[in-house]
Amino acid sequence: MTPVLPAIQLLPLAGAVPAWRAEVDAPRWRAGCEAAAGAGGRLAALWASDERDRGQGFCVRALLVLYEGLVCLELHLADATQTYPDLSDLFACATRMQRAAHDLVGVIPQGNSDRRKWLRHGAWPEGVFPLHRDFALASSFAPGDDHYPFVRVEGEGVHEIPVGPVHAGTIEPGHFRFSIVGEKVLRLEERLGYKHKGIEKRFESMTLEDGARLAGRVSGDSTVAYAWAYAMALEGMAGVRPSARALHLRALLLERERVANHLGDLGYLGNDCALTFGFTQFWRMKEDVLRSNARAFGHRYLMDRVVPGGVACDVDSASAQAMIAEALRLKDELRTLRSIYYNHAGLQDRCITTGRLLPLTAARLGIVGLAARASGHAIDARVHPGFAPYDELQPRIASHRNGDVAARIVVRFEEAFESLRLQRLILEHLPQGALRTPVGEAAEGAFGIGWIEGWRGEVLVALEAGRGGRVRRCHPHDPSWQNWPALEHAVIGNIVPDFPLINKSFNLSYAGADL
Amino acid sequence: MQKILFQIARTGIISERPPAADESLRQVSGRLNDEVLKLLGRALAIRHVDAGSCNGCELEIHALNNPYYNLEGLGIKFVASPRHADMLLVTGPVSRNMETALKRTYDATPEPKLVVAIGDCGCDGGIFGENYASRGRVANVIPVDVAVPGCPPEPAAIIQAILTAVSAARP
Ligand code: SF4
Repeated sequence: MTPVLPAIQLLPLAGAVPAWRAEVDAPRWRAGCEAAAGAGGRLAALWASDERDRGQGFCVRALLVLYEGLVCLELHLADATQTYPDLSDLFACATRMQRAAHDLVGVIPQGNSDRRKWLRHGAWPEGVFPLHRDFALASSFAPGDDHYPFVRVEGEGVHEIPVGPVHAGTIEPGHFRFSIVGEKVLRLEERLGYKHKGIEKRFESMTLEDGARLAGRVSGDSTVAYAWAYAMALEGMAGVRPSARALHLRALLLERERVANHLGDLGYLGNDCALTFGFTQFWRMKEDVLRSNARAFGHRYLMDRVVPGGVACDVDSASAQAMIAEALRLKDELRTLRSIYYNHAGLQDRCITTGRLLPLTAARLGIVGLAARASGHAIDARVHPGFAPYDELQPRIASHRNGDVAARIVVRFEEAFESLRLQRLILEHLPQGALRTPVGEAAEGAFGIGWIEGWRGEVLVALEAGRGGRVRRCHPHDPSWQNWPALEHAVIGNIVPDFPLINKSFNLSYAGADL
Repeated sequence: MQKILFQIARTGIISERPPAADESLRQVSGRLNDEVLKLLGRALAIRHVDAGSCNGCELEIHALNNPYYNLEGLGIKFVASPRHADMLLVTGPVSRNMETALKRTYDATPEPKLVVAIGDCGCDGGIFGENYASRGRVANVIPVDVAVPGCPPEPAAIIQAILTAVSAARP
């Protein structure tokens, strides 16, 4: 069913998820987004590109998630203006995406939104835009001034704690600025972008085929989700559909990635509450999963196993039996550990009501994935209509209303159980079919979208083909874009020592959102 | 409590001794302990710095502390400050936005300042290479003692790299 947006003609986009695109002018851009927001739609991603070589100025795209499917609105800005209507009043999560789009392409949202730089820091000068077509990937600038105006909280007894970019543990780099009174957090401001390493520009130097490997390294902990989203985008534009076997194997890999990450997080969440027993147990189980990944698929984290057209691995009956037995064993162990976690007074004390993100705040912020499900929003790309092979597998969504650290623990447990069930289902009924279907060359200008529910949330890849099988533009989008701002809200009113626990309960990607 | 104890007992001790089947590996691990004892008084302190990785290498560094590899059991531990560290374990191509932070961390580390670069990215910039936002390999920014390839390198390879760096530091 085609969604209806006022005065906008939607054209269907070929591919595995129901999706449409439309070219709009500035008033329709705004009206379309207003209508989408009013109808319960969300903003999945916003990015810009330089189309001046085609005489079309700059282009800003907004990808909306509606009940019917995805809608990509494309707004071409006339050469002279580089402004477009701000969306941050409709979708709070648009703010940082608009700031990044400015840093990389130079387009400016017209409205009241925050205009501070986001990804740029001091690596390239103001007024220079890396995603302009005439900007060379290998450009090099002397490190520039990196002044950044944090928002100050004033008042008696208020002081600031700056943390990072290098943190105390084995964590990715980012800066957190706490304004506190006593031990209580009044405000947290995040500053990210430290890991920006030019991924989008790098894509443009690659072939569509090779781009899959880079996509799998946008956020290493979600390599399967990214590789699948990329492949889905490419297959959509080339009009190729992988075999049922390949799709089921992809789902198997994705669920194994989900279980491995959930196990790791559950271990760390116990550890952060001084239950080191939890760390030891869950990380033993995670290591078992990684080792069986290496045995069955040749890579512990399954990198480069999803490839355009299908998969680069297979499962024989011996390895299927081994993985089914493993899933059953893990289920039993998880049951034991769940009863320990749920009945542990120390965990209850630290986790219940800590880091709460209420359903209304979650909705206003447009958050996604596991954190959204723990705050009362049953959204999961896997249950979107027509999403093969999940339409056959019928996954059950885990959800909770409390939105606290405890709720995010519960959702992880429930999803791990469900994921193990799905793995068994896939392995017991693996259909036949080619592992890899050749993907012919996509026509220049072809555009495709991939959208996959990774363990953290929905991973999105928007891909456009250039001449001779090359990437013209690729925008990979991590769910962390939406969820980082939610962390700022979840810590308000909590004590500083609970921050690591709250942060871990979201476990967001820095690499994925820094690009 | 009873359940916890029961689960601990059922799990038993699973930490892997240096694999008996692989002579060279076993010697390597044995030497590691001796070296660590001799050189660093039974406590090699490591500070991890992510200078721009995809976070894949971090997954394997986390795994070093799982009960199979049990790095702490070998007398090696991760510390919170570079000022307490004998060694920096650096991942990623160095993003330009992290260049200063990495240099500062290096400066804050006391001698002998061992540096192990992790992964294909740490070794040569990996798939990201050098560009307007990436300085590429770690050695482009700070001196590196040992670099271990792999995407990501497996935990055993990382342990081996740490050992190699410690051996190389022998006067
Ligand atoms: S070596 Fe591989 S896993 Fe490590 S940071 Fe680079 S791309 Fe990621």
